[in-house]
Amino acid sequence: MSAHPLTLAADPTVSTADLGSLLAARQDDPASTAPFQLVDENGDLTAAGQDLGVDLELAQVLHTDMVLARRLDHEALALQRQGELHLWIMAWGQEAAQVGSIRALRGDDHVFPSYREHAVLLCRGISPADLLRQWRGATHSGWDPAESHVHINSLVLGTQTLHATGYAAGVRLDRSDEVVMTYFGDGAASQGDVNEALNWAAAGTLPVVFFCQNNQWAISTPTATQMRTPLHVRAAGFGLAGYHVDGNDALAVHAVTQHATARVRAGEGPALIEAQTYRLAGHSSSDDPKRYRTDDELAGWQAKDPITRLERLLRNAGVSERHFSDLEARADTFAVEVREQAKAIHGEDLAVVFEHTYAEPHPVMQSELAQHLARRDGAVA
Amino acid sequence: MAPRYALGAAINAGLRAAMARDEKVVVMGEDIATLGGVFRVTDGLAAEFGTERVVDTPLAESGIVGTAIGLALRGYRPVCEIQFDGFVYPAFDQIVSQLAKMRARSQGRLSLPVVIRIPVGGGIGAVEHHSESNEAYFAHTAGLRVVSCSNPDDAFHMIQQAIASDDPVIFYEPKRRYWDKGEVSDEPTRSLHEAAVLREGTDCTLVAHGPTVATALAAAAAATEDGFSVGVVDLRTISPLDLPTLRKVAAESHRVVVVHEASTFLGIGSEIAAAITEDCFYELEAPVLRVGAYNLPYPPAHMEDRFLPDVDRILEAVDASLSF
Repeated sequence: MSAHPLTLAADPTVSTADLGSLLAARQDDPASTAPFQLVDENGDLTAAGQDLGVDLELAQVLHTDMVLARRLDHEALALQRQGELHLWIMAWGQEAAQVGSIRALRGDDHVFPSYREHAVLLCRGISPADLLRQWRGATHSGWDPAESHVHINSLVLGTQTLHATGYAAGVRLDRSDEVVMTYFGDGAASQGDVNEALNWAAAGTLPVVFFCQNNQWAISTPTATQMRTPLHVRAAGFGLAGYHVDGNDALAVHAVTQHATARVRAGEGPALIEAQTYRLAGHSSSDDPKRYRTDDELAGWQAKDPITRLERLLRNAGVSERHFSDLEARADTFAVEVREQAKAIHGEDLAVVFEHTYAEPHPVMQSELAQHLARRDGAVA
Repeated sequence: MAPRYALGAAINAGLRAAMARDEKVVVMGEDIATLGGVFRVTDGLAAEFGTERVVDTPLAESGIVGTAIGLALRGYRPVCEIQFDGFVYPAFDQIVSQLAKMRARSQGRLSLPVVIRIPVGGGIGAVEHHSESNEAYFAHTAGLRVVSCSNPDDAFHMIQQAIASDDPVIFYEPKRRYWDKGEVSDEPTRSLHEAAVLREGTDCTLVAHGPTVATALAAAAAATEDGFSVGVVDLRTISPLDLPTLRKVAAESHRVVVVHEASTFLGIGSEIAAAITEDCFYELEAPVLRVGAYNLPYPPAHMEDRFLPDVDRILEAVDASLSF
């Protein structure tokens, strides 16, 4: 099996004959639902997985995405420790939630990420250089949203959910069938903006998929301190279709997102997907998770690792060893690219910020840019 | 003779013209469609352009600005109404961290042509949070443009110029002047970011914006009766400031008094005083003086006459400047 390119499949499909009725039945009793699974922690199909079947070709795509994303993640943290990046936001453990959801979208479905969605960015063809530019301190963002259909990262939590909602209002004004996806976390779910966006999108029946990666920790604050009502249950109160999925089961995430997105695309209103996952590392390269969570908890979630789970499934299904050995070689090559591309990122002169702050001429920008250029070029003693 | 409009009606006509010219212009806010806005500034727009382009939003100011950003990213030109000045603060992050900075954060790739209309200022006997002057907060933020209209002609043209701008614009409307009438010309006489010298003076110049322009004109007229030549400049633009015009009047009249409803402490008057002092120090006969509100929370309506600058307080400052 040759390695898959990191580009979005034109028309992702999965065998989901009865998924709709299965999920609909679960929605009738949202408070009691355990997260939807197709593949369990041991890589075995659950009852739902056996009923519905899984797409092994898709499983290999998702497995490849996850392995490469984790490799980038590990390399980036190493680069931060070597002083090559100013900061790194670790995402490992959350790959299934990210690749499963993004691969269920169409390439022209616009995405509004938070800042931990590195796997999403890779799946949309964003290069390591563009992805790391921001974390090397060269820019505040790295890629062109017009090309990738991924908006720049939002660092003020939850703000992007309103941008997604407004963008979706524009999609509808344009009579387009695009869907807008926004990612946020359990911590951001406490923000006013997220709750305004959920209400606004529901009130307007707008084509937004709100995808919450509940990684259990908002830096050091556990979900139990953030909320009394689980997020997927909140969906009903706002008037969205709510889904609860095992965020470490890439195939389940893909199936649920594909199902939810189809309904949103058909004009049935927005959806909220809560994916249960876990941030296996600290919040960022500056964080020390040992100060707030136990080794036992970590070990419990390591046993649910999304990559291991899919690898077990693929091996049990008899997928050739070539898939794994090719992928390992590809990840090694990719790691070299990540390091080379990161070190090749150079910041530009401050002058570009003067040029980019306003679209139209601005006298303060002009006079202060002139001061800056004179100082920079030594014209001022 | 040019038609006469009330200031609020002139904004309404300007919005109508902008919407007719460009179908990407959408108007959104609380109670603006069916009701036509609490000040009726958007009256009739929903009937003419439909409720897809004239949108009654949920009661959520951060949502109004945040979704306007999303619409702008999609290629629309949203015009948001914040119902009252004191209600803009829930949207503060979306304005200063998102709207203002998106262009720079994206290396110039993303433009956000969003206009935020804010009825501003006191003098109407309102309850708290309905009479504030918060222009300095937004003028302090790079990436925003901040303008303030004082008369129907400017209101009609400036709202259209603001909508045409590819930068985000905070558009202040002097709520106690909404019903003041004046002629509205077919074509604008100035660009959005030019101050207007309404009256030339050789002894002193008053610099005002929005609701205090009329107060400054009354003070200048009173000073003339006392034999002084006092000019008046309507700033019109707060960010960027029209410094060439301010330097010119400072050089010609040698004394400048800045008037606004906002507190003098760290208000726009402080920036103007500093800029004129830096640029025109040897032309000045007196320090640039500021007339504004006291540095207090906006007081109850019964006290606002003592809080806001009036003709007497302006004349007091003119006297101080002339006798310096």
